[in-house]
Amino acid sequence: MKKLINQPGQVLHEALAGFGAAHADLVTVHGEPVFVTRATPARPGKVALISGGGSGHEPMHAGFVGLGMLDAACPGQVFTSPTPDQMLAAAQAVEQGGGVLFIVKNYAGDVMNFEMAAEMLEGAQATVLTNDDVAVEDSTYTTGRRGVAGTVIVEKIVGAAAEAGADLSACQALGERVNRQTRSMGVALTSCTVPEAGRPTFEIGAAEMEMGVGIHGEPGRKRVPLMPAGEIAAEMIAAIANDLGAAAGSEVLLLVNGFGGTPAMELYLMYDAARRQLAERGLEVARSLVGNYCTSLDMAGCSLTVTVLDDELRRHWDAPVHTAALRW
Amino acid sequence: MTEALLAALIDRTAATIAAEAEALTGLDQAIGDGDHGLNLRRGFEAIAAERARLSAMAPADALHQAGMLLVMKVGGASGPLYGSLLMGMAKAAKAGGDLPAQLAEGVAQVQKRGKSDAGAKTMLDVLIPVLATLQTQAGRPRPELIRAIRQTADDAREATKPMLATRGRASFLGERSIGHYDPGATSSQLLIHAVCDVLAEQP
Repeated sequence: MKKLINQPGQVLHEALAGFGAAHADLVTVHGEPVFVTRATPARPGKVALISGGGSGHEPMHAGFVGLGMLDAACPGQVFTSPTPDQMLAAAQAVEQGGGVLFIVKNYAGDVMNFEMAAEMLEGAQATVLTNDDVAVEDSTYTTGRRGVAGTVIVEKIVGAAAEAGADLSACQALGERVNRQTRSMGVALTSCTVPEAGRPTFEIGAAEMEMGVGIHGEPGRKRVPLMPAGEIAAEMIAAIANDLGAAAGSEVLLLVNGFGGTPAMELYLMYDAARRQLAERGLEVARSLVGNYCTSLDMAGCSLTVTVLDDELRRHWDAPVHTAALRW
Repeated sequence: MTEALLAALIDRTAATIAAEAEALTGLDQAIGDGDHGLNLRRGFEAIAAERARLSAMAPADALHQAGMLLVMKVGGASGPLYGSLLMGMAKAAKAGGDLPAQLAEGVAQVQKRGKSDAGAKTMLDVLIPVLATLQTQAGRPRPELIRAIRQTADDAREATKPMLATRGRASFLGERSIGHYDPGATSSQLLIHAVCDVLAEQP
């Protein structure tokens, strides 16, 4: 393992200390239990948006705390859901009288820990579960689809609505709608290495790729020989578009998300390829985002996310946001 | 239950998880997200750190507090699930239930929290058969009962290998989950061994 770290067990603590110091104008990092809040609290009455999940996906979620997006984030250990005490403390710190909306990616551990926090928390609250990954089958016999990079889009759009005065039930309904109109799929060229594990999460040959990989290095649909970027994008967009079922002529948002170990140059190349594929299906890319937003430590590869837009979603997407990782 | 027995149970379970953490993480890297051993070790270290306080408590209170420590320290799925197991056992113990009744309530809480049951390739595939052995063979002499429980845990863990995972992160693998031991079933087997070993040494 070759990483810029001191002790494997101190990675999260030291990274959060750096994050808090670098963005002291935007966020405050709280310890024991660990959670991150806005440096300047939201106005009274605003719905408080709280997300969280395992660490290793930076900038998700702490990088999205700030005006127009989240009120607090709860970082767990690397690839491990945070604990209910973090969520409770975060909720008590940022609740402004408008209730609390938890935004949770659909993994058994995250769901259980947020459920336990919700059971212990008094006051108005609701939850939006994200499950945008088309790579794994949705079936009543499984845990269901994984929540991946589409969560960023849910947090941005609901964050703008909350800022504009939407109440708790409106924010929840909007979050569920954005999730329903969003699909993602990922591809990995290399594994990631969890600092405390010290060895790669999975083995992969020099000329192979994992199609449909999850954001923790979990296997996806299949292990296949590496293909040209255009063919990879074609397969991913086909999977996304077939599942999304958007009518030709629809406007969409396209997010090309790096997993942490992929150059920006390749991400833009994938964006170009994905955009062509969408155009062939009559889907017009009206909004775009390219960069590392929902990573998997040092994994090479990327995910593509497509959200079907309408006037309301486009307006909330365009609304001002001022966080460490997203600002306009 | 004596203070010494509670302390011995804390020591043995924590030592078992510490010794097997890497192996459990290896199993989890194959079909999950590779954190099971690390997470359980953090939880059992937290329990071991409170050894003096916990072992001085009434058993029901010690079980409840240990469960809360797992919920608050572990995260992931194993924190709420093992925490619910211990807190469920504590609830039955508080109501005067014997060991089979306690384990039954603990297993029920795991089923409820995990929305799962036997056959999904999870820790329940060890816990449910062990509960059945405990309930049906409770009348046997203690050494025989302990041997039967150990054997049940071993057989049940072995049986998870050919299973298709339908809960937890391994469920995303579908057919590719077949042929691997379930990490949660394995940690349950190891913990049951640790408890059996301590009880076997009791006079």
